[in-house]
Amino acid sequence: MKLRKELWFGFSLMAIILIAILVMTPWGHLTNGHLGLIMLALIVVAIMLGYPTAFTLMGLGVFFAWLAYRSVNPDTAVRQVLDLFVQRSYGVMSNDVLIAIPLFVFMGYLVERAALIDRLFKSLHLATARVPGSLAVATIITCAIFATATGIVGAVVTLMGLLAFPAMLKAGYNVKISAGAVTAGGCLGILIPPSVLLIVYGATAGVSVVQLYAGAFFPGFMLAGLYIGYVIVLAKWKPNLMPPLSEAERHVDLPPFAQALRSSGTNALAGLWRAVRGAGAGSSVTKGTVVTQFFLSLLPALALAGVVALTYSVATAPAVEESTSGLQAAGGTGGVAEDEQASELATPEGGVAEPPSEEAPATAAEPVPAKEAAQSQASPQAPAAQLQERLPVPGWFWIVFGICAAIAAVVYWLWSWERFEVFKFLLASFFPLAVLILAVLGSIVFGLATPTEAAAVGALGGLILAAAYRLLEHWRKSAPGSQGAAVWTTIKELGSITKESSFLTAKTSAMVCWLFVGSGIFSAAFAILGGQEIVEKWVLSLNMTPLQFMILAQFIIFILGWPLEWTEIIVIFMPIFIPLLPHFGIDPLFFGLLVALNLQTAFLSPPVAMAAFYLKGVSPPHVTLNQIFAGMMPFMAIQVLAVVLLYIFPSIGLWLPQVVYGR
Amino acid sequence: MQRVLLFVDKLSTWVGRAFSWLIVAMTLFISWEVFSRYALDHPHAWAFDTMIMMYGTLFMMAGAYTLSQNGHVRGDVLYGFFTPRVQASIDLVLYIFFFIPGVIALVWAGYYYAGDSWRINEHSNITYEGPPVYPFKTVIPVAGAFILVQGIVEIVRCIICLKQGEWPSREEDVVEVDVGKLKEMVHVKDEDIAKLDQFVVQQEHRK
Repeated sequence: MKLRKELWFGFSLMAIILIAILVMTPWGHLTNGHLGLIMLALIVVAIMLGYPTAFTLMGLGVFFAWLAYRSVNPDTAVRQVLDLFVQRSYGVMSNDVLIAIPLFVFMGYLVERAALIDRLFKSLHLATARVPGSLAVATIITCAIFATATGIVGAVVTLMGLLAFPAMLKAGYNVKISAGAVTAGGCLGILIPPSVLLIVYGATAGVSVVQLYAGAFFPGFMLAGLYIGYVIVLAKWKPNLMPPLSEAERHVDLPPFAQALRSSGTNALAGLWRAVRGAGAGSSVTKGTVVTQFFLSLLPALALAGVVALTYSVATAPAVEESTSGLQAAGGTGGVAEDEQASELATPEGGVAEPPSEEAPATAAEPVPAKEAAQSQASPQAPAAQLQERLPVPGWFWIVFGICAAIAAVVYWLWSWERFEVFKFLLASFFPLAVLILAVLGSIVFGLATPTEAAAVGALGGLILAAAYRLLEHWRKSAPGSQGAAVWTTIKELGSITKESSFLTAKTSAMVCWLFVGSGIFSAAFAILGGQEIVEKWVLSLNMTPLQFMILAQFIIFILGWPLEWTEIIVIFMPIFIPLLPHFGIDPLFFGLLVALNLQTAFLSPPVAMAAFYLKGVSPPHVTLNQIFAGMMPFMAIQVLAVVLLYIFPSIGLWLPQVVYGR
Repeated sequence: MQRVLLFVDKLSTWVGRAFSWLIVAMTLFISWEVFSRYALDHPHAWAFDTMIMMYGTLFMMAGAYTLSQNGHVRGDVLYGFFTPRVQASIDLVLYIFFFIPGVIALVWAGYYYAGDSWRINEHSNITYEGPPVYPFKTVIPVAGAFILVQGIVEIVRCIICLKQGEWPSREEDVVEVDVGKLKEMVHVKDEDIAKLDQFVVQQEHRK
């Protein structure tokens, strides 16, 4: 009887907490602070019982807030509680950070339904065919990209369980490793921005979401990189766990024109160039095809040229040092202002969600807007700066140039017909999604748009992606002449996709935001009761070093991740940790990154490892839950390693916010 | 009885779904505002207030819908292992102790809060001559009332479950991870999964 054991475990845990309350409470001289701690212990018990957390918080919060007010003045207690509650709730309703949640969730549901994941996986599978453990590597990359765009763990794990898991099993991959790659990869979306977790943390801790996004970018990719590195090393070390793909599985079908042109040489670029000039073009290949294909194969070079040109313009831009330093300061405070109060955001011209951080790049582009002139003394110099000569080209530009040229040379040296096909495949699946994500993230991080605006445009982009992929699919299937029907089917499908996505968005946003409504009154009650002071006194009396405190905090969060979901952990427990951070001189932004990385493990740790159950739901009957759990363990170890790495080298996370916002 | 329950379910669902379209409106509106500001250089002063109101109304009015679909996040450590009767008794007690007082407080406080706002004809102070705020504040008691009614229905459900030993049925709805639909999307059939079993078994034999 396995169930019994788990129930016993849970009940004994609850009993321990309740007994601890009974024993440790000084019943003789009960202060409000003690009530606060009792409330905190009760909430843990109540959550473990499984009642919806939002209402648990609400009920306990209202009751204990009433107790707190009653101890001061019994006559006005009810009124005060009601006022507090409704103000807290209204605060959640008019929260300009949480507003991004429904939009990002909506974008996620749209991308999930865009029917692009199978293409994505296939193209990455072909692209990585020669890497050891290629299928697992392709799985993790697909997950990283797709999970980032959708952020829905269940959907990503299920889809990858349907696509990648069978492919890996067929190729003779070890069941445990395949399961681990799918589940660990599927959870990456929680960390890599734009993630909802970071918005929730930002709203709870009062940290700018923009800076959190900038900070989480590299740790997220570091984690994905560590997964990939682990898989590759393992595949090299024990090839029997992940046998290399056979020739047939690596084979790329060439279209007719490529087969015709291939006879003249293996390099696609050279072959196409000859064909463009008219030499060696077979009779079967039309000029139009050749020119289009030639242009497509030039795209990497164009992209690299773009990088070089951008670097050049940045490197030699006229120096506007005075104004940039001011702008960086404005950018730094912008994030805070965004959280503090919306009223400050109201600029006379905009009145929209436009924190000063947004104005920074705008002014960088054209140094003299009317507003700047009014408030900063840098303005007289600004027009002068515009007239300045471009700076001489610095040495490092030539290094960048050299690297780009080298990449181009290598790419085109290896540009065989097969690789060209793979590239085109990637172009149709990988790049649109990557561009969407990078555009959303880039505009947030570099201050071109608020997270809200970027999320809205991203959702629209998701809708367009879904439309494009559906249309492509129906267009290919439809007989010539009946393409109108394909368009019509796409529109109908798009309607139902939008409908489903908006219903799901409403439910998910309600779930998260009602949790905030509940926690609003709960954390207020905790603060009024003075529970926070007791906790603070106690922690400070332990005389811990910052390192010890950090380890303790992360360990508690890690443990909480077993029974609780990340939403509950952040919304309920972060308000207790955050006020302690200044005592130890820890940056809340850095702490948030560690927490986000840490909470990854919450998804992979049994018994609540949702990822494992989603995978079990779509895997063949002989794959047991224990196998899946065992497969997740090494990846969990990597997560812990990533947390440690981030702690030892904080600049992995803090470098980008430092560069962009100068904090 | 069952008919009344299903009617309230339907009502909550209908209201929640109706307001869920706000997300589409929000997406289009904010995208348009971004375009209008950057490309046409014509920002609107009321845009920020409008976004916030759309968002607040969306999630508040979807609360009852989410409850009717049992969609509010639960701590699922032990709950899943309980028998329906145990689940129902826990839920029943906690609905009465936590939910009812909490939500009644919300409706009550919201009623006076919105009433005050109507009385002073409150406008948003984020911008000069901001849009009126009182309809937005009215959302609090209205959403609270819907969720309260839905909560009472859930209590009745708990009682039914205590009597019958199993949970009464709910309305079907879109779910986040619809395995059937996802299978269809990537063209995987159940037979394909069953066929895979041979590879797993093979691997076990090799050991």
